[in-house]
Amino acid sequence: MSEFFDMGGYAAFVWPAYGIVLLVLGVLALRSVQHLRRAERELAALQALNPRRRRSRQGKGG
Amino acid sequence: MHRFANPTRFLRIANAVLPWCVSLTAVLFVLGLGWGLFFSPPDYQQGETVRIMYVHVPAAWMGLFIYGVMAVASAVGLIWRHPLAELTAKAAAPIGAAFTFLSLVTGSLWGKPMWGTWWVWDARLTSMLILLFLYIGYIFLWDAFDDPQRAAKAAAILALVGSVNLPIIKFSVDWWNTLHQPASVVTMQGPKIDSAILWPLIVMALAFKAFFVSVLLVRIKAELAERKLRIMRLNQVARENSRLGAAQAGAES
Repeated sequence: MSEFFDMGGYAAFVWPAYGIVLLVLGVLALRSVQHLRRAERELAALQALNPRRRRSRQGKGG
Repeated sequence: MHRFANPTRFLRIANAVLPWCVSLTAVLFVLGLGWGLFFSPPDYQQGETVRIMYVHVPAAWMGLFIYGVMAVASAVGLIWRHPLAELTAKAAAPIGAAFTFLSLVTGSLWGKPMWGTWWVWDARLTSMLILLFLYIGYIFLWDAFDDPQRAAKAAAILALVGSVNLPIIKFSVDWWNTLHQPASVVTMQGPKIDSAILWPLIVMALAFKAFFVSVLLVRIKAELAERKLRIMRLNQVARENSRLGAAQAGAES
């Protein structure tokens, strides 16, 4: 097992490479989801303020 | 194509596809990481550092691919003035920038033990760095304008001009002397690397692609919601102004 973590003496290069990939992609995915949730929350709040603005013909989307 | 270009229809399709994309991304990541880190053999020349390739090469591919997506979406937005295309380009840029950044960092981590240096100013590395700057410039250009229509136009022009860089990156290893190894997967003669390392590479590439589609859909949804918010707020301000104007006119008469 320690042989696996040692990566043939290249542990200092292999593990950081995988680590930064997972870190950057994870942060990007998380921030994208947070952005969407925030926008949808604000949209729902604004739509609740002006219910009569929504035309029934267009249904839920629009 | 115009059938998918309607935002309402797009949202319906995106919501149906998204859970599948996210599941696929998770499965491919587990498979690709397991294969790349545990089951694939070390290279006879590069030893265990060859494992860096499984993240480095797909990240570089995605950096180029996403720029291509961005350039095509920008052209469609510019020619047909289509808001969904403009938002797709805008939503794709940070994902492309992330992958380009990762290809540079992992390449550096591979270059140090194999070439003896973190960085060289050769054609491949420099053109990849320029790609990262193009992404960053594109993202900042969107924020530089108050009017989203003008921002979309300026950003689209930058994206299209910058696409000249794509063939330069691809062929830089053939056109100039470099430390970087030449193309070994996408060549005229087919892949030149052994299937024991080609397969985990392909799985990681698919994992990155599924990740891109998933995050892109989420970001486009967010951009559509933001756009709707902006329009609703403008309408609200306009309504309040006209009410105010009417009240004023009533008071004066």
